[in-house]
Amino acid sequence: MLLYIGSTIFVLFNAMDETESRVWNGLFWVIQLFICINAVAKSFLQESRGRMLYFYSIASPGSFVLAKLLFNSLLMLLMSLLSLLLFVLFLGNPMQNAGQFIGLVLLGGWSLSLVFTFLAAIAAKAQQNAAIMAVLGFPIIIPQLLLLMRLSSAAFSPLLTIPLSTILLLMALDILVVVLAVILFPFLWKD
Amino acid sequence: MHKSWWKILSVLLLVYTFTAGLLMNVPRLPPLQETIRNLYFHVCMWFAMMILFTVSVVNSVRYLRSFKLKYDIYARQFAVVGILFGLLGYSTGAIWASFTWADPNNSIFDNFKTIARDPKLIGAAIALLVYAAYLILRDSVQDADKKARVSAVYNIFAYALLFPSIWILPRILPSLHPGNNGDNPALDVKNDISGSMRMVFYPAVIGWTLLGVWITTIKIRLNLLKEKTMLS
Repeated sequence: MLLYIGSTIFVLFNAMDETESRVWNGLFWVIQLFICINAVAKSFLQESRGRMLYFYSIASPGSFVLAKLLFNSLLMLLMSLLSLLLFVLFLGNPMQNAGQFIGLVLLGGWSLSLVFTFLAAIAAKAQQNAAIMAVLGFPIIIPQLLLLMRLSSAAFSPLLTIPLSTILLLMALDILVVVLAVILFPFLWKD
Repeated sequence: MHKSWWKILSVLLLVYTFTAGLLMNVPRLPPLQETIRNLYFHVCMWFAMMILFTVSVVNSVRYLRSFKLKYDIYARQFAVVGILFGLLGYSTGAIWASFTWADPNNSIFDNFKTIARDPKLIGAAIALLVYAAYLILRDSVQDADKKARVSAVYNIFAYALLFPSIWILPRILPSLHPGNNGDNPALDVKNDISGSMRMVFYPAVIGWTLLGVWITTIKIRLNLLKEKTMLS
């Protein structure tokens, strides 16, 4: 995973000379999206049948999916911070308001990881790996990604402030995802 | 035959929509002029699409509660007809936009990249992509019960995430589409539409929706028959 982040950002570094802050922002979120798909897709697709059966015998579906969500959120938060660090190192630092942007990166990483964890659970049942996850996930994530990009562009200029209502909206969507995952996962669990 | 009253009602309402919608007097607002008549078709398509998708989700929930395969067939067929109405809504919208938003000397294709960036068009495109993904997911699972279960879960999950974002997102982002600072994201019924137009608009919505349901029931019957011949 670390290598994946490193090499992707290094390719970007070689492809672009100097990036404008808007391009930087767009690239950053797209890379975030792909990192998330690669990091989170593993969580369900790599589990062997035997291990799933073992989990099935020791845990309830609700607690199992909550554990998965928690683990993937932490993983994604770490990955987000790392990729942010590499972005700043290789592609420069156009941020005017670094604190706000880091907060948004953490929030965005969390949202992405929650949505894709649940989609990975669905994709694992469909037996087709990463391709179906992209097809299922991209349309669903676009609205959140659009909001995140818009919010984070505010961190690049000293004049704009980030509206609190939009952040609350994103958090509400995250909570909605968790609730839905707990309700719906038992139906995917049985095989 | 005793249950066909709503089909007759649908035909009557649509005949009324076409005659009154095309012949009645409409207010001539500066950028719209006569194209405002498209309201009876374009907006109704989106209403019908959302209602059909909602019915599809309700059937997915019913499937997960009862595990009867017929509800899964209902959910799928309502989604398919919903997509059909969505495509019609998109194309009527494109025609409308080419007369009102676009440069009159250029066709819609030259301006497509600017127009397609509009948040309401993005929302519509996302809705169609989500349901296309739903159909692909369904076809990628072989076992009938598992297929039904997985796709019902995705249907509910996608609906629950999609609908808040297409109702909220357009209120936050700027757009050319009507209903910008109003309460309703797509149109402001009280101010945008005059009273005489509302007399046509509401029956039109009901008529198109009933037509959608009618098409769906025929498709459901066909599919149930197919399942029956496959099982026996």
